Amino acid sequence: MATSTVWVSIFLFALVLLAFAPIMTWVERKQSALMQDRIGANRASILGFKALGLIHPLADVIKMITKEDTIPTGAHRFLHFVSPFIAVAPAIISFAVIPYGGTYEMWGAHVPLVVADLDYGVLFVFAIGSIATYGSMLAGWAGNNNFGMLGSIRVSAQMISYEVALGITVVGLFMIFGTLRLTDLGVMQQETFRLFGFLEHFGWVEAGTKWIEWITIPMWGIVLQPLPFFMFLTALMAENKRAPFDTPEGESEIVAGYFIEYSGMKFGLYMMGEWIEVVVIAALLTAMFLGGWSLPWVNEANMIASWTPVLGENMANLAAMVLAVHVFLFKVIVLIWFQMLIRWSMPRFRYDQVMNLGWKILLPLSLANIVITALGILIVQGVTS
Amino acid sequence: MGDISGYHFQIVAALIFSIGALGVLLRRNMIVMFMSIELMLNAANLSLVAFSREIGNDQGQILAFMVMVVAAVEVAVGLAIIISLVRNRDTVNIEDTSQLKW
Amino acid sequence: MRTALFWIFSIAAVASALGVVGSLRSPINSALSLVVSMLALAGLYVLLEAQFVGLIQVMVYAGAIVVLFLFVIMLLNLRGSGAAGAESQPIAKAIGALVAVAATLWLARTLAAGRAPWPDVEEGFGTTRAIGEALYTDYVLSVQVAGVLLLAGIVAAVVLAKKKID
Repeated sequence: MATSTVWVSIFLFALVLLAFAPIMTWVERKQSALMQDRIGANRASILGFKALGLIHPLADVIKMITKEDTIPTGAHRFLHFVSPFIAVAPAIISFAVIPYGGTYEMWGAHVPLVVADLDYGVLFVFAIGSIATYGSMLAGWAGNNNFGMLGSIRVSAQMISYEVALGITVVGLFMIFGTLRLTDLGVMQQETFRLFGFLEHFGWVEAGTKWIEWITIPMWGIVLQPLPFFMFLTALMAENKRAPFDTPEGESEIVAGYFIEYSGMKFGLYMMGEWIEVVVIAALLTAMFLGGWSLPWVNEANMIASWTPVLGENMANLAAMVLAVHVFLFKVIVLIWFQMLIRWSMPRFRYDQVMNLGWKILLPLSLANIVITALGILIVQGVTS
Repeated sequence: MGDISGYHFQIVAALIFSIGALGVLLRRNMIVMFMSIELMLNAANLSLVAFSREIGNDQGQILAFMVMVVAAVEVAVGLAIIISLVRNRDTVNIEDTSQLKW
Repeated sequence: MRTALFWIFSIAAVASALGVVGSLRSPINSALSLVVSMLALAGLYVLLEAQFVGLIQVMVYAGAIVVLFLFVIMLLNLRGSGAAGAESQPIAKAIGALVAVAATLWLARTLAAGRAPWPDVEEGFGTTRAIGEALYTDYVLSVQVAGVLLLAGIVAAVVLAKKKID
């Protein structure tokens, strides 16, 4: 039954990627308009239907494809051609390891909602993400333009700096869960722990006191590691090179930075890469810190077991699957909204501020977090054993 | 894995190592020579990992991991040396920096 | 499948290694060939059941080291310069190089003459957990030494890049 397995996950994979990237242009326009007290995109129409401006992405695509594709004199033709693709491909590939849901058994088929369930899932995302640097770096160099060169130098320095912080911030999370596999992280985050359980361990209250059993907290990454959640988000946004961290593009300083010499669809590919990466960031944070596809306080296996008498085993699994995908997408959309909020509220950081944030704030904080997490794990083990 | 065995991997490693050695010997551009040294280190890593697979023991992989750490340090320091050399002498040709050969 | 992948990756690795040494026009081309070589080697590592080493290869070599090379080449603006330059004693060097190639190939042949069939690896060979456990139990001293080495490297790079010699 392997065919049905692959089909479901790849269908969702394509749906999310293909649907989100154009809609992101609309989200970006509408949200910035709302925040700046404007109306936003509402002009493009098909036979008078404006659909809240949702037709604008279509108009964008037509414009991009029909534009002239210029190649400047003195450019390195091959690199100029290939670097937009190097910039977009990693963002799409890293989606492959992010799970949209658990594994479901229905009608004899085994349906895992992830394209590639790798043992080193998160490391894979980091490794693939580090390849994306080349897309931006080579673009600026290949265009034979001094502003492009400045953008390239800035982008390479920024991305290498934040990769260091990116890897170290999440070490605490892996120390707690003991796995890099994203599906395992999703299952483990369905557990709950008793917030005041330590009172019982010390014998300060009687065992089995009701209110202690009731006050439980889901074991989400954001609950166990609140600060790293925000540090990881910051590092990922810096890797994505969007607004507060857009010194490599810096319209008012170096015109358009590394993609200055691109026009038409190749320019469009850079924008698309950034938007897909926004979705990837949201999905990765959801899978690692926000409990993945599960609702808080709900253990999926128990949920399916309780639905089985009512719906039958197949329908219960199907319902759980549909619910999981919707929960996951809801969390992703909230995180996309949050990233847009940051992008339109913050002014661009100066270049030295970007570097200071990476090396002097994020890196020491994340190292301190590893030590504190290790102490916490030792204390918890000492208390419970 | 069919007809592929450790032998083939060792040949590939030896070829890459020789090409790296050639680069160090023949090229006069400091940066390209440095890249050739990286190639040689990588060839050694491939050899280690292939032997580790052949023996079925992961010590070779750990040694390869350590080689990568050393390579990262080496690149950081070496490129810093090259940057300061170019700033002072305005050349990347190794023949122009032969003062220590006296 | 694996045999085909082996040939694809090894030919890519060797050809791009030749590209590193042989591209005379610009060091940028050398650096790009180096990336291809590193990625092909990562593929070979995965074929050898060393997934963790393969991923670290992509992260460290392709993701950081070659980016540093490119960064330096761009920073120094070496476009076009640094071509072959004056070659001293090309014939002697070529002969020496050929001898070197022959010697290494002979060495590899001798070393790998056994051609024993590979043993089946046990579950979990080369995974992050296996490597991590080995690193933090049997090889913890090496990890500490590597950490000190990294620190020394950071300090050295900062000192060297900051001030001018002489």
